[in-house]
Amino acid sequence: MSKAILYDATMCIGCKQCESACAQQNKLPYDDTVAAESVQSAHKYTVVLTKNDKFMRRLCMHCQKPACGSVCPVGAFHKTSAGPVVYDVWKCIGCRYCMVACPFNQPKYEWGSLNPRVRKCIMCPDRIAEGKQTACAEICPTGATKFGERDELIAEAKQRIQQNPSTYKPRIYGLNEVGGTSTLIIAAADVEDYGYPASEKLGETPMPEYTGRVMERIPDFIPLWTLVLGGIYWVSHRREEVAAAEELEKNGGKQ
Amino acid sequence: MKFKLTFWRVVFIVIMILGLYSTYVRYLRGLGAVSNMTDQFPWGLWIGFDCLCGVMLAAGGFCMVGAVYLFNVERLHPVVKPAVLTAFLGYVLFIVGLLFDLGRPWFIWHQMIYMNPHSVMFEVGMCVMTYTTVLFFEFLPNVFERLNWEIGIKWIKFFYPVLIVAGILLSTLHQSSLGSLYLIMPEKLHPFWYTPAMPFFFFGSAVAVGLAMTIFESTQSAKTFGRQLELPVLNTLAGALLVALWVNLLLRFEDFFHRGQLSAIFKPSYEAYFLWLELALTYVIPIVLLSFKKVRLAPKLLYFASLSAVLGFVTNRLNIALIGFEQYVGYHYVPKWTEFMITLMIVAIGFAAFAVAVRYLPIFQAEHEETLEEPGVVVGAGVLSHAGD
Repeated sequence: MSKAILYDATMCIGCKQCESACAQQNKLPYDDTVAAESVQSAHKYTVVLTKNDKFMRRLCMHCQKPACGSVCPVGAFHKTSAGPVVYDVWKCIGCRYCMVACPFNQPKYEWGSLNPRVRKCIMCPDRIAEGKQTACAEICPTGATKFGERDELIAEAKQRIQQNPSTYKPRIYGLNEVGGTSTLIIAAADVEDYGYPASEKLGETPMPEYTGRVMERIPDFIPLWTLVLGGIYWVSHRREEVAAAEELEKNGGKQ
Repeated sequence: MKFKLTFWRVVFIVIMILGLYSTYVRYLRGLGAVSNMTDQFPWGLWIGFDCLCGVMLAAGGFCMVGAVYLFNVERLHPVVKPAVLTAFLGYVLFIVGLLFDLGRPWFIWHQMIYMNPHSVMFEVGMCVMTYTTVLFFEFLPNVFERLNWEIGIKWIKFFYPVLIVAGILLSTLHQSSLGSLYLIMPEKLHPFWYTPAMPFFFFGSAVAVGLAMTIFESTQSAKTFGRQLELPVLNTLAGALLVALWVNLLLRFEDFFHRGQLSAIFKPSYEAYFLWLELALTYVIPIVLLSFKKVRLAPKLLYFASLSAVLGFVTNRLNIALIGFEQYVGYHYVPKWTEFMITLMIVAIGFAAFAVAVRYLPIFQAEHEETLEEPGVVVGAGVLSHAGD
């Protein structure tokens, strides 16, 4: 069973304690200036956005089948069985393919660093291993950010929407988007208004499948294409030999 | 020996100075200081030009090796060596470019131990690495000939069939895989350029550019190094290029049609302007020109037609890497001047290395001919050629 985060925007009061707890957990600077920043960056993994007096959190979606994990040439990203999509800084060579490929644009880069790392929410894997909640869920005073089993959180989200159909938009963002994510969002507003990519644009196909369809053919393609190329080489050079032999015969063996 | 300051040498020196300054900024101030890349635009000019275009422009190597050694088109023999040289230099410079673009280039070797077989980038990286090695061995006979080391030449000749087949296999794989890199971004890349057929288009354009670059290179070296190429060779290449362009064009429009983009591409829009530029340079100008037999037999016009095709395909790849993302990202990315300088420096080094190689190695001589130096052959504008001595 894998863990997930359910964010219920209707319960959020915009106190930004999740931001500061996240910063503390990941040893990032956090002060009033950082708190005022409304974009995610290498030093701000999560952000609480405000629009029309309604709040919305952004953080890594922790896809069930993450694009970052599939594109990374050195496998620096991977989805653990516990749920988080984690990053191994030692492996990273800095190609930034993860940033280009991520459908939610979550990986951020340390552009000013001479030994830059990719930064994003990693769902506190160390805390999860200790049986604790993520830092943001633990500190949330209203329970807007809730940590738990993905299946149970989905059931709970469905229940909340059912009980208050006038409050919520009738959907769980992350349930099926790009094959499902471990961050789930329910809200009174459209998540798209806060910069989340539209569900119709994302589709329900896990991103790695788009390249997988091509990549899975390569192991067959290599031997087949080698045979074809070798065959062409053999035929075209054999023809030359035959022509030379025929020439020799025509001349009656005379050189 | 005196060193004459020609126009192109001055240009070269200026580019090198500004390029070295940019290199300093890159490695001592970081990627943020040297480029206009951001979290929203993590891939810029270096991926678009140095990598995507660089590998495409070096495709002449596998095209000519394939034509001459695989299909036995003997006529094209004189262009193989310069094409292999260009390819070898191209791939080495591609790797140099990568060392600028990677955030942690000192860990580039990680991909040999932390392999992720699901990653297109991993596949491209491995192919480029092995193919550069193959090109090195294909290029090596030039050095051996120069040194008159017969045994070395014999050994390479013995392994030639393996090198040829491996080279073409690896080229097929990574030329097409450069297109596969973008398959994972269907919602980001503009529909003019995003198509599941991208791997095929990248391979198709590589073959066309391989031919166009060989024509361009042959006619350019004729000017620069005062060496004349036989017209039948150029004529054959021009005919092949015309066919390659038609095939690319028809497949491209079939794809537009298939994806229901056929009416959208004719409506004026920011993306459409760049698409029109691309289509005009790649197809309209060269196809019209090459359709005339007169043009196919006139080196000057052939030079123009092939240059147009090359620039067209370069525009195509820049459209895919840069322009095609601007609508999604919501702003225009314009490379910083230091980004341009590093790209220009790499290109300049390529030209200089080509001139040096041509000067000292029997690149333009038929195989197994006596390689006597003819001082009169190398004239003028070769950036580092010692025209004065």
